[in-house]
Amino acid sequence: MPALPVLTHCPYCSLQCGMSLRAADGASDGAGEAGGAGHAGEAGGGLRVGTRDFPTNRGGLCQKGWTAAHLLAPGERLTTPLLRARRDEPLRPVSWEVALDRVAAEFRRAQAAHGRDSAGLFGGGGLTNEKAYWLGKFARVALRTASIDYNGRFCMSSAAAAATRAFGIDRGLPFPLPDLARADTILLAGSNAAETMPPFARWLGDQRAAGGALIVIDPRRTPTARRATLHLPVTPGTDLALANGLLHIAIAEGLTDAAYIAARTTGFGAVRRLAAAYWPERVERITGVTVAEQRAAVRLLAGAGRAAVLTARGAEQHSKGTDTVTAFINLALALGLPGTEGSGYGCLTGQGNGQGGREHGQKADQLPGYRRIDDPAARAHVARVWGVDPADISGPGRSAFEMLDALGTPGGVRALLVVGSNVAVSSPAAGRIAGRLAALDFLAVCDPLLSETAARADVVLPVTQWAEETGTMTNLEGRVLLRRRAAAPPPGVRTDLEVLAALARRLAAPGDWDPDPERVFAELRRASAGGPADYAGISYERIAAEDGVFWPCPDTAHPGTPRMFRTNFATPNGRARFVPVEHRPVAEDADAQYPVYLTTGRVLQHYQSGTQTRRVPALRAAQPEAFVEVHPDLAAACALAEGDMVRVVSRRGAARGRVRITDTVRADTVFMPFHWGGAGSANLVTNPALDPISKMPEFKVCAVRLEAER
Amino acid sequence: MKDHSRVVVVGNGMAAFRFVQDLAGLAPGLDIVVVGEEPGGAYNRARLPLVLAGAAAADSIELADPAWYAARGARLTAGTAHRVDRAGRVLALADGRALPYDVLVLATGGASVLPPVPGLAGGPAGASGGLPPGVVAFRTLADCRRIQSLAGTARNAVVLGGGVLGLETARALAVRGLPVTLVQRGARLMERQLDAPAGRVLARTARSLGVAVRTGAGVAAVRTARGRLTGVVLDDGTALGTDLLVVCCGTRPRTDLARAAGLKVGAGVVVDDQLRSVSDPGVFAIGDCAEHGGRTHGLVAAAWAQAQTAARAVAGLSTADAGPRPGLAAPAVLRLKAAGIELAVLGAPSGGGGAEVIRFTDPVRGVYQKLVVRDGRLAGAILLGDTRTAGTLTQLLDRGAALPADRSSLLTARTAAAGADGSPVTLPGHATICQCNGVTKAAICAAWQEGARDAGQVSARTRAATGCGTCRDAVEGIVAWLAAAEPGLVPA
Repeated sequence: MPALPVLTHCPYCSLQCGMSLRAADGASDGAGEAGGAGHAGEAGGGLRVGTRDFPTNRGGLCQKGWTAAHLLAPGERLTTPLLRARRDEPLRPVSWEVALDRVAAEFRRAQAAHGRDSAGLFGGGGLTNEKAYWLGKFARVALRTASIDYNGRFCMSSAAAAATRAFGIDRGLPFPLPDLARADTILLAGSNAAETMPPFARWLGDQRAAGGALIVIDPRRTPTARRATLHLPVTPGTDLALANGLLHIAIAEGLTDAAYIAARTTGFGAVRRLAAAYWPERVERITGVTVAEQRAAVRLLAGAGRAAVLTARGAEQHSKGTDTVTAFINLALALGLPGTEGSGYGCLTGQGNGQGGREHGQKADQLPGYRRIDDPAARAHVARVWGVDPADISGPGRSAFEMLDALGTPGGVRALLVVGSNVAVSSPAAGRIAGRLAALDFLAVCDPLLSETAARADVVLPVTQWAEETGTMTNLEGRVLLRRRAAAPPPGVRTDLEVLAALARRLAAPGDWDPDPERVFAELRRASAGGPADYAGISYERIAAEDGVFWPCPDTAHPGTPRMFRTNFATPNGRARFVPVEHRPVAEDADAQYPVYLTTGRVLQHYQSGTQTRRVPALRAAQPEAFVEVHPDLAAACALAEGDMVRVVSRRGAARGRVRITDTVRADTVFMPFHWGGAGSANLVTNPALDPISKMPEFKVCAVRLEAER
Repeated sequence: MKDHSRVVVVGNGMAAFRFVQDLAGLAPGLDIVVVGEEPGGAYNRARLPLVLAGAAAADSIELADPAWYAARGARLTAGTAHRVDRAGRVLALADGRALPYDVLVLATGGASVLPPVPGLAGGPAGASGGLPPGVVAFRTLADCRRIQSLAGTARNAVVLGGGVLGLETARALAVRGLPVTLVQRGARLMERQLDAPAGRVLARTARSLGVAVRTGAGVAAVRTARGRLTGVVLDDGTALGTDLLVVCCGTRPRTDLARAAGLKVGAGVVVDDQLRSVSDPGVFAIGDCAEHGGRTHGLVAAAWAQAQTAARAVAGLSTADAGPRPGLAAPAVLRLKAAGIELAVLGAPSGGGGAEVIRFTDPVRGVYQKLVVRDGRLAGAILLGDTRTAGTLTQLLDRGAALPADRSSLLTARTAAAGADGSPVTLPGHATICQCNGVTKAAICAAWQEGARDAGQVSARTRAATGCGTCRDAVEGIVAWLAAAEPGLVPA
């Protein structure tokens, strides 16, 4: 066992709060404690969470972090592989040999009968960099399939696409979090950070205390919006029009930064003319945000010496998410923010390794180091590292929802391995995806717990999690972090890397498949070298010694890059690109049959599909079941009372939840969190209309009606 | 598409701009020619008063440059349409050029109306060319520049016409520091949109902002000396000396071309639901020059809805679902763009016929609000002096949505969230103080009972304030309250 306490990071969101893990029964050892206050979390697996002074969360943790050690308790952990010979049989315990042989045989069988791309992999944004890297390598080297993608498509892919389009590179925040505390104005578009990453809100608190202004764009008056100087309660799906409208006002009132636009950007003319069509009164009619509120927002932003524009899922999870983020980037560029000291544009990434998970090859169109898979030079470089012929590396494949929606169809995946994702709950139109999973010839799932997806599998492989294994994560700032093993895993489980290594051997894959994480990271460094997300100079030792290292870091002498774009952008001519983007209606607008908008999101106590957090007693007790926020006017119109059960019905399905009546949500919109499976699964209702560029589904708005259950 | 491949658009205003944008998106590869009388690309005419007032930069109203047209396979050409040969499908321009077409789209807009009084009647409709120096009929960007130029040296100004444009123009000139008189023939300002009380409040507001308002006063004559404007005479005999007269007496649809071509013309070019001329399926009319269902419109939203529908029809697509709201029959929404005057007029704000009417008046603040409700849905509204609910009301009107039972929420802006939580001391025990860790006031009190004596100790026991840190003040407040209640327990 490693010596305690172990300094590590939280298992959940992209803030990756620094924390310590120490013996549950030991006295407070004071190591890394904030002010010796002796904060301690609930025990689990012989460990207890303690604080650690880390520059992102400065000792703060939310309830999820404090109770994280409970994940290590035996509880519902899977400790033996499970297998069923036929779908109508229950899952039964089997040996690892039998389970792995079956997975390898099913991959082979599918590929022999239906071609290479019929074997598929589905990864997750919570996996370590080492795992994400290896999943990509496994697909291209062991299976030689194009069929690999991951749930990051459901998370921040629109922001990634928009940032790449504007800046030539995508790093969620191109500056460290402490910069936000010094901003005079922050615009949060579609972020409820106070609930989704509470210790992040400490920076907002510092910023407000220093006299800064906060603008929040959200259809709901969330806990984050309640702290704002100015809340813009936008109609769901109209953020793009709002951003264009704010730009219009900035131009009309002469508040743009002409010198910056001239020196550091291209394409402003077309965007300026496009913004001319988004005058405030028109934008008010589209968005519901009043002219006065629009003006106030622009004056706060333009009047600031330092200002940051940040987007999150509320702006991104739309069938026009990429363009919506682009509209906010256009606004930031017109005001001269990106690459300017203390200012900038950023995306608040969601999943634990949402940043690193999108860089190293588990995406359908990508090779390690954030390289494009259709770039011959990138293929040659990575092929050298992998010891294969570049021609043997498969080409781009289908994006996440497209891949899932084609499961079991001609040309689609027949044998699928899911790692670190619960697609049965997290996919849009989840009912449809459940049907597609059932149509597979074979489904295998790696998971520490019997998730809703694992329960549908033919083979379930029990794997280690979080504090039971070592690996790196890249947080929302692009800071590469080290999570260290602190606890012995339950007997019988293996790491995801060990599983992939065992399968690679069975498939006679070329190259190195030693599952030691540090060795995998060493190969990742070489594979990423020279790419946009260059990790070549980052080592486990440096991460530990330097409180993380910011990529790009091309060599061991390089200090890392906390702040990007100071002199130039990562485009061929070094200038950021304005891109004209038009508003258009949501994919499914409200109508007489489905007159209300549904928007979805998170609550503080749960994370993603809830596979982990729904099993932590304190979190389950605080938020036990799915609920639906309804405005009092809408509740009266639908004859709903507080605590009633209501069915939220769309063209794709229905989800049940308990009514919470609140005037913090617009009267034309209901809100439902997406953390529950079964009848309370909000994604049974959501719309899989995809963004044409990022392939992000439109989770944030669809048309529903409410049916009271009596 | 063969028979639709050559599209000629006459006019280059807001309707034509939107039509070209939509058509190029729906049916790329067409040969589109746009004939504009004004030089340069399309711009947003409705915002010219803001440019005049200095409240909007001139480049903020430019919608398109030559590259914009080229990117859509369209060609912009300056010229004046002269004659339509419908049999030969050729548009002749005044300069002698002939443009063959498969589809002709008339987007000729409107022309300024000039009152029939001596000194004005000689000017050609739609242009200030024949008017005496110092007189401008305000319609175009060139007119705006002329007014700006004249205002630079004028001693004062008179604006004729108390409608939207007249008010906006008068206010813009007042913002520029000119003494302005607004002359309105009708009994009240914006008489087509407002009821009498609203008109009175509006006149009072305008006067307080430096616009002298003369209602019920027509102009009888325009005086000139040595070819220059010297003043106007009202029909009650009052003489107003001025060296700048801006005419904002409304517009009428420009239909001469259509009439001469033998198309059916009423108030405008008469079109069907697809915006096709009822006389010729190869000719469309959109925007201010079109008459649909017996009505002509003068608002951008209507023009754009028509442009969208016409583009679908020309592209050979169904127009049954014209797509985004607001559609062809979208309710009129009018917003006054004048510094210091908040005014929105939505739909048809006249009562009668069993309508429910809700009014709120606050003379001190200059507020007059009126809602007209029919069958539980908004039929119209006037929001004067306070437009903070205009966004919500516009969406309710556009959607035909049922209104909440409590109508007052539609007049009063949302209550601010800040400070609504009150003092932590007065909260009930079950109230959550620390959202991040789900710590209630009762749990904090219990920690106190167990010996925690400051906020740090309370945090260590309960984890309150260890997440985002926002509730630290609240925790300290409760601890101070507990300490005050039990002073003996606190070390000095």
